[in-house]
Amino acid sequence: MAKKYHDGAVSGTRRIADVALTVLLAVLCVFWMYPVILILINSLKDELAISTATVFEFPTAQTFAGLHNYVHGITQMNFLSSFGYSAIITISSVVLILLCCSMCGWYITRVTSAISKAMYLLCVFSMVVPFQMVMFTLSKTADTLKLNTPFNICVFYLGFGAGLAVFMFTGFMKSVPIAIEEAAMIDGCNPPQIFFKIVFPILKPTMISTAILETMWVWNDYLLPTLVLDIKKYRTIPMAIQYFRGSYGRVEMGPMMACIMITVLPIIIMYLICQKYIIDGVIAGAVKG
Amino acid sequence: MEKSIKKYWPLFLLPTLAAFAIGFIFPFLWGIFLSFHKFTTISKTTFVGLDNFIKVFQDSTFTSAFWFTAKFTIVSTILINIIAFAIALALTRGLKGTNIFRTVFFLPNLIGGIVLGYIWQILLNGILTNLGKPLLALDATYGFWGLIILMCWQQIGYMMIIYIAGLQNVPGDLLEAAAIDGATGAQALFKVKLPMVMPSITICSFLTLTNSFKLFDQNLSLTAGEPAKASQMLALNIYDTFYQRSGAQWKGIGQAKAVVFFLLVIVIALIQLYFTRRKEVQQ
Repeated sequence: MAKKYHDGAVSGTRRIADVALTVLLAVLCVFWMYPVILILINSLKDELAISTATVFEFPTAQTFAGLHNYVHGITQMNFLSSFGYSAIITISSVVLILLCCSMCGWYITRVTSAISKAMYLLCVFSMVVPFQMVMFTLSKTADTLKLNTPFNICVFYLGFGAGLAVFMFTGFMKSVPIAIEEAAMIDGCNPPQIFFKIVFPILKPTMISTAILETMWVWNDYLLPTLVLDIKKYRTIPMAIQYFRGSYGRVEMGPMMACIMITVLPIIIMYLICQKYIIDGVIAGAVKG
Repeated sequence: MEKSIKKYWPLFLLPTLAAFAIGFIFPFLWGIFLSFHKFTTISKTTFVGLDNFIKVFQDSTFTSAFWFTAKFTIVSTILINIIAFAIALALTRGLKGTNIFRTVFFLPNLIGGIVLGYIWQILLNGILTNLGKPLLALDATYGFWGLIILMCWQQIGYMMIIYIAGLQNVPGDLLEAAAIDGATGAQALFKVKLPMVMPSITICSFLTLTNSFKLFDQNLSLTAGEPAKASQMLALNIYDTFYQRSGAQWKGIGQAKAVVFFLLVIVIALIQLYFTRRKEVQQ
């Protein structure tokens, strides 16, 4: 990588500095992982053994509770249904965002009109506006239009996610030569055919990046579903965690930490599997933004 | 070609535009409308002019939330960017284990704000108890630094990724030329690398600045504004005004607070972009 301009003269001091730096980073990494490991350790303890004073102690033979907290937490929090709702919302929203915003982004780059320009500016604007500005009126709108179930809340996610997605797609479309599309038009394709048969496949890398950024956001979003959905009927994972923590007088720490672990674990596994795409997505998002 | 695409605007543009209208434009305009009104239910509103806005600035919880947020934003933006840049520098030296380090540092970013808050609440309360200090929810100073630590833990990895990408784009021959001209490591860093990664700095400082200023989830779960709203940030203060306070006037004031908050975000974003964009060099 950046080392190549040094290769001629790798001096002894530099090598020592490199070793020291590696050790330092390794220590830092342990600190970075520690909060999650701490929760993991405590989630295996018996409820009575958990207190703020003993949180750093390892479970002993007496205090080890096995997976009891996990069973308890999953049933009490109704974790599986929350997981389902979160999955439904995330998948439907991301698919809708990708489809609508790629079409929109293509139209904006290929047609220069007042509408295109207005749409683009609107996207930029919507990315800056804080959610608190619209949260009250939005929840009222959702109730009036009956857009308050996990199955149609994706309309709002399209409205809020469109800014970033359209931005990403227009950024990429600008670098795609128009010649292929013109050739297709001469061969008799109409615009929908051009888009779905030619442009759509070209957009694949941007699709993946955008999908990752939007998934990270929708999956973890707390405020929008809290305000729009009926908390008695539908709870996404962040809502369930917050409700679990906030609503009882004495919080059962064991099941609570077990719930945190089962929320975090799928994310870690997903991350380790598609790490490359996630990091590329973050970089692409930053360059376009 | 443009003309024939133009005819298809209902297909290409309308879905996004409709969602925008329902989910963003309409609530936005309605929000501005309501900020000048007093209401408990949305069907019965009375026009009160600038009354709500005057009350916003008389509300001491709002001004204290503003200062808390301002301090938090400045400290976290500076810390996150410096540490993230330092780690990015270390990770572009071709050290052993670079990929593992990168993986670990980025990880917290994928965990949602609510969950993060509770993880750190457990950890920090454990530390404070063992040190014989009051819990997070009892002392706003600890709450403040708790939020800073949490925010650094979450955001450093993300910014580090952007800085690494920026540093890798610095042309090698430029650094080579600097080395031949006798530039020291520090000179190469400040005179060559820093100006060349200025676009990354613009993006990262913009992201950290707006993320910190708009922080909500982490604030809610880590301290919930305790004690007595002393660790409440602006976003949480607005939420609190809308949904936790009873009384006919508070919803209108909440909406007015939201408008003020929105204007603040716009102003901060514009100032920040103006200053950092000026420092960018043409490549």
